[in-house]
Amino acid sequence: MELFTSEITLAHYLSVAAILFVLGVFGIFINRKNVITILMSIELILLSVSINLVAFSAYSADLSGQIFSLFILTVAAAEAAIGLAILVVYFRNRGSIAVEDINVMKG
Amino acid sequence: MISSFFFYLFAAVTCLAGLMVVTARNPVHSVLFLILAFFNAAGLFILLQAEFLAMLLVVVYVGAVAVLFLFVVMMLDINFVELREGFQKYRTLGIVIGIILLAELFTTFFQLTSDSGALPEATGVHNTAQLGRVLYTEYVYLFQLAGLILLVAMIGAIALTLRSRPGVKRQNISTQNSRRREDTVRLAKVNSGEGAEAKEGSN
Amino acid sequence: MFYHAIVFLPLLGAIIAGIASLRQHHNIATLVSIAGVCLSLVLSCFAFVEIALGGQALTVEVARWIGSGDFQAHWTLRFDTLTAVMLIVVTGVSSCVHIYSVGYMSHDRARGRFMAYLSLFTFAMLMLVTADNLVQLFFGWEGVGVASYLLIGFWYHKESAHTAAMKAFVVNRVGDFGFALGIISIFALMGSVQFSDIFANASTYQSHVITVFGLSMPALELVSILLFIGAMGKSAQLGLHTWLPDAMEGPTPVSALIHAATMVTAGVFLVCRMSPVIEYAPLALDIITIVGALTAIFAATVGMTQFDIKRVIAYSTCSQLGYMFFAAGVSAYPAAMFHLTTHAFFKALLFLGAGSVIHALSDEQDLRNMGGIWRKVPVTYAMMWIGSLALAGFPFFAGFYSKDMILEAAYAAHSGPGMLAFWLGCAAALLTAFYSWRLLILAFHGTPRASAKVMSHVHESPNVMTLPLVPLALGAIFSGWLGYELFVGQDMAAFWGDAIFILPGHDALANAHHVPTWVKLLPIILAASGVILAVVAYIVIPSLPARIATMFAPLYRFFFNKWYFDELYDRIFVAPSVAVGQMLWQRGDKGVIDYYGPDGLSGFVKRSSGMLTKLQSGYVYHYAFAMMIGVVVLLSWYFSGFGR
Repeated sequence: MELFTSEITLAHYLSVAAILFVLGVFGIFINRKNVITILMSIELILLSVSINLVAFSAYSADLSGQIFSLFILTVAAAEAAIGLAILVVYFRNRGSIAVEDINVMKG
Repeated sequence: MISSFFFYLFAAVTCLAGLMVVTARNPVHSVLFLILAFFNAAGLFILLQAEFLAMLLVVVYVGAVAVLFLFVVMMLDINFVELREGFQKYRTLGIVIGIILLAELFTTFFQLTSDSGALPEATGVHNTAQLGRVLYTEYVYLFQLAGLILLVAMIGAIALTLRSRPGVKRQNISTQNSRRREDTVRLAKVNSGEGAEAKEGSN
Repeated sequence: MFYHAIVFLPLLGAIIAGIASLRQHHNIATLVSIAGVCLSLVLSCFAFVEIALGGQALTVEVARWIGSGDFQAHWTLRFDTLTAVMLIVVTGVSSCVHIYSVGYMSHDRARGRFMAYLSLFTFAMLMLVTADNLVQLFFGWEGVGVASYLLIGFWYHKESAHTAAMKAFVVNRVGDFGFALGIISIFALMGSVQFSDIFANASTYQSHVITVFGLSMPALELVSILLFIGAMGKSAQLGLHTWLPDAMEGPTPVSALIHAATMVTAGVFLVCRMSPVIEYAPLALDIITIVGALTAIFAATVGMTQFDIKRVIAYSTCSQLGYMFFAAGVSAYPAAMFHLTTHAFFKALLFLGAGSVIHALSDEQDLRNMGGIWRKVPVTYAMMWIGSLALAGFPFFAGFYSKDMILEAAYAAHSGPGMLAFWLGCAAALLTAFYSWRLLILAFHGTPRASAKVMSHVHESPNVMTLPLVPLALGAIFSGWLGYELFVGQDMAAFWGDAIFILPGHDALANAHHVPTWVKLLPIILAASGVILAVVAYIVIPSLPARIATMFAPLYRFFFNKWYFDELYDRIFVAPSVAVGQMLWQRGDKGVIDYYGPDGLSGFVKRSSGMLTKLQSGYVYHYAFAMMIGVVVLLSWYFSGFGR
């Protein structure tokens, strides 16, 4: 397994995507700060998935990966819009977006 | 050689930016690092011969989504100094699990895709034309659906955040249209030289 | 049919009365129960004439009961002289008590239940005396115990009453345990519990030896001692006597019936019934004699210090039972039965008379608050005099014949225990006369110590309460003179027949008729002295008792506190049992069983669910983290190769 070669294989791209994915996922729950960080972590995850898809698409010369990545982009934008709208309304009602305060569902 | 250098450059910066997104104190810094990550991801896309997608990333993600994030961050009165740093408890566990996950993923990738070879040669058709050819033929329904999703998102965002303020004068078209003559116009007989008085009800 | 009726009529009466009392038909209950017992009395008289006087013993089969291999015990009624005598005693006193109770319990809201219990008791006692095998006798034995418990604790909401009922039952249980062991050992030894078999074969087991826990003992001795332990419990002999004074918590008719005439005499009856076996156990006979003698003197010393009128009479009963036992111990069973019969009459008379006194003084039982009423309750007064004269053994009253017979027999036994019994019996006779007249004087004479209000209400009892006393009084006067020859005199052998067995060498009774004259006169002199002492102490020099009490203060306290038996038992038996029970409850039951069982389980569930609720923190990112961990675990699982 050679990581640092002159030849960039599929695996390298996948690794990058993996690192971003892990960062995004752990950014969701290893953060006690605010909800925006969560939304940004979600964007990171989506980004990593896009990289993954495009890499596969490039290395197997099949365009459907890029098409799918296009749609992911669309959905990510839509979701970011709605998510932020919810956040704004939540902030209007609660006055704070600290993650620790969102525990109304505590059992 | 060059491409691998650029690959490592873009990859490293992306990862570092991603890390900073998650760990930055100031949310504005987080957003800026996110923008950086997006740019470098776009660079990676270019290396993968998907330049249309790369530009799309820059225009849509950076130009719209990240800017939206910035708007919201600046609009909400986040007093980030007070935000509690409750990081520590899960950090160790998170890091451990993250490392395990990464190790497994790397091993998988490098073993499973060892036969993938190098990047195929670029064809003469550029990325935009290629995408266009496929998008409006095979995936046209999905394309339309994507449009609908965007429409819904737009309406949803407006509907969520709309609030009516009291004391604002507005036209109520249906009330205007349903007004009757009997309620508004009254004929009064006026003798010359005398004024007309406003009286209720008569005529 | 006729014989069945004697035993089962009271049962029928009890059942009907019980059902009627549940529906508050107290009058029907009363009538039915009285009818049952009186009819049974009439039939018993016929039976007595036919069986005892006519010499026709018989057995009547009723039903099959236990038939298990070698162990056969069926419902069979045995009628011989011993039975016939007891029948008269039981049904006679029971009838008088039933009728008396109509008046005594007329204000009680549960009098129907009372009558039902009285009839139930009568039935159980009749089963006991007509039993043809030990198991049936034990049934009757336990039955009278239950009836006694129900009757002592009749006013069950009174704490002193229900604790006294428990005490009676538990102390009796100790005796019953011995009795049961005796029955078991008889069966183990002889292979049968039928009286006919036991009596026929008893002599062949004379030399058998039983080994128990390494100790060996002649078999018949062991059996007899065990049976006597049962008798001790039922008849309140020294050691198992503690329940009798407390049993006075029950209504007075109960004391008259059960604790004077019938239940407590069941022990004497048992010993006499088992005479064919006990005669072959000289050690047991000696033990019986000694215990009886000690009881006689013990009860007399305590009785003379008590202030509750019923307790005085109760201790008197205990003392007289001691007499009966030491008579049996010197093989003078007929004398014991004779005294049993006469005692039943005058003791019941004394108790019912005391009931009249209590009733007249508005439920006052303390002698210190009585006095000066003899003119107001002349009938009661006369009855108490008759009873006391009979008890003290005045010439020509019933007690004179039976008690003196016993003392003479004890003397004539010419054995160590016999002489001990004689002297202790004489001492007890002196004390008996003393405390009887003490009771009479304190209750009826002197200046009234009751309040003016109580004194104004003093009235003679209604006829329904005084009429039953008449047959008892007649019995107290004449039964001794009438029955002397039959029971212990010339016609003794013909009268008793095979009912009582006396070994040829044990001729105390036979010799009793030939004792020196001083032996015959001594009891009379002692009784007279007792009366004079009582008059001196309570009429002539009223301050004398107090002065003697302070002079001999420790001795007085010893007697007054019943020789500290209750305290002794409390410390040796009761307190440790309670402590063991507490410990088993707290540490065993609650600490171990509940702790690991219900409490432990519920606590565990509570704790674990408390821990589990922490998983629902309300933070979505916690849930996401959990999902992530799950994903990683799954990946690792497949990655490591186990999933292949």
